[in-house]
Amino acid sequence: MPERGTTSVRHVVPPIALRRRITDHVMTGVAVLTVILVLLPLFAIFAYLVYRGIGSINWAFLTQTPKPVGEAGGGMANAIAGSAFILLIASVIGVPVGIGAGIYLAEYGRNQLGNIIRFTADVLNGVPSIVIGIVAYGIVVLSQGHFSALAGGVALAIMMIPTITRTTEEMLLLVPNAVREAAYGLGVSRWRTTLSITLRTATSGVITGVMLAFARVAGETAPLLFTAFGNQYWNWKINQPTAALSLQIFTYAISPFDEWHRQAWAGALILIVLIVFAVSAVRIVAGRGMLKGAN
Amino acid sequence: MGVGIQVNKLNAWFGKTQALYDITMEAPANHATAVIGPSGCGKSTFVRCLNRMHETVPEARATGRVQIGELDVYNGTSAVQIRRRIGMVFQKPNPFPTMSIYDNVAAGLKLNGFHDHKRLDEIVERSLKLSALWDEVKDSLRKKSGASLSGGQQQRLCIARALAVEPQVLLMDEPCSALDPISTGKIEELIFQLKEKFTIVIVTHNMQQASRVAEFTGFFLLGKLIELDKTEKIFTTPSDKRTEDYITGRFG
Repeated sequence: MPERGTTSVRHVVPPIALRRRITDHVMTGVAVLTVILVLLPLFAIFAYLVYRGIGSINWAFLTQTPKPVGEAGGGMANAIAGSAFILLIASVIGVPVGIGAGIYLAEYGRNQLGNIIRFTADVLNGVPSIVIGIVAYGIVVLSQGHFSALAGGVALAIMMIPTITRTTEEMLLLVPNAVREAAYGLGVSRWRTTLSITLRTATSGVITGVMLAFARVAGETAPLLFTAFGNQYWNWKINQPTAALSLQIFTYAISPFDEWHRQAWAGALILIVLIVFAVSAVRIVAGRGMLKGAN
Repeated sequence: MGVGIQVNKLNAWFGKTQALYDITMEAPANHATAVIGPSGCGKSTFVRCLNRMHETVPEARATGRVQIGELDVYNGTSAVQIRRRIGMVFQKPNPFPTMSIYDNVAAGLKLNGFHDHKRLDEIVERSLKLSALWDEVKDSLRKKSGASLSGGQQQRLCIARALAVEPQVLLMDEPCSALDPISTGKIEELIFQLKEKFTIVIVTHNMQQASRVAEFTGFFLLGKLIELDKTEKIFTTPSDKRTEDYITGRFG
């Protein structure tokens, strides 16, 4: 026992503190472990895709259209472009509608209509993607008389909207009311406050929601099966059948040919890389102009 | 120049609960009028009725007559128009977090469609000088967010923002209650100078503050204006027993 007066801090710490320190370390360890568990599947998938797919990626794969069965070579260039095309259509339709609905719910939706929209969005979020494909088939394909990029875009847009709507609402509700009041106090009208102040304050969160929805539909196959349909050739017309990476992967993966299997792996790798690239690019562009100390 | 405020039989409700009863008072131009009273007595509701901020709360409403200079607040003018003439500073500093210091001050003008950059530069500088913040922020006007400033600086930024739209009246709802004594001192000093240009109505919990900055003080209790008089008189020889009880600390 140390003498009175010379006691170091270490010794006056009662035993309970030791238990707390151990608990602290254990809980930190558990938290780190769960992070690893979350990240592990992602890296495992990515590593496996690289392992299986990288061998088939070459210049031809990225620039050529598919070759007929039996011929070696060829690529998925038209599918890569087609995916980008369909996703562009989906975003052009889905993002404004989703954000608009989110704004309505957050700023004006404290009523029965708001509750109905909220409920509808949540149910829509749970509708299987193949069902949404059938709906787009019924609405667009049947009325046009043929498969098209537009039909694929509509199907994906329908899938994006509920996610964007709900995250936009959540993010806008996180903006403190004091910020809105500051704008009202300056004589700024309500709609202007919503667009220039509230939405702007919530921008980074809203973008996260949009990216989440985008990444989710980017790899969707089922809704494209009978909407965009797929195409062996280039297509830039909005009302023509269009190839998509996910469709091409699906077709190649269930085929009996080894060469196509290898190309399916390569296509999957490209799809993941493109999604990561698109999401990061938007983050960087949107993050630019952020000020020191903001948020 | 500031203009006087006349309030006649102002009543306010939140849903079915009445918050203000028949308030009739006057606040003279280019003076500061303080509003004191215990928590929940309707002080904040009262100033929020002056620029029609009260009605932004769902189910809130107000009746009566409020005259600010030539402007009949509840009759014939839109709430948005009113608020451009009457600046407001809130209890908690509320700068726009994603905007730079410059944009915060310019917000009221820019959002209402004023885009003359040269004039904006001048107005921003003048407003920040008026609110005694210019020297502290002039080097990072566009680089730093309004939210990166300290609490006291943020509140002066909010004052600059309110002044930039050149209001005639400045309403301050407990502007110092979230600030330390030094920042409070700066803002009180500021109020003193601003009186030359604006009419000020300030809600405060702090009776010393009322006596330091305001020529007139009104005492609110349970939604009623008990009395309004020269600040000196309120704090020395109030005419109502309830005012005396409050300022001597017998309740509240």
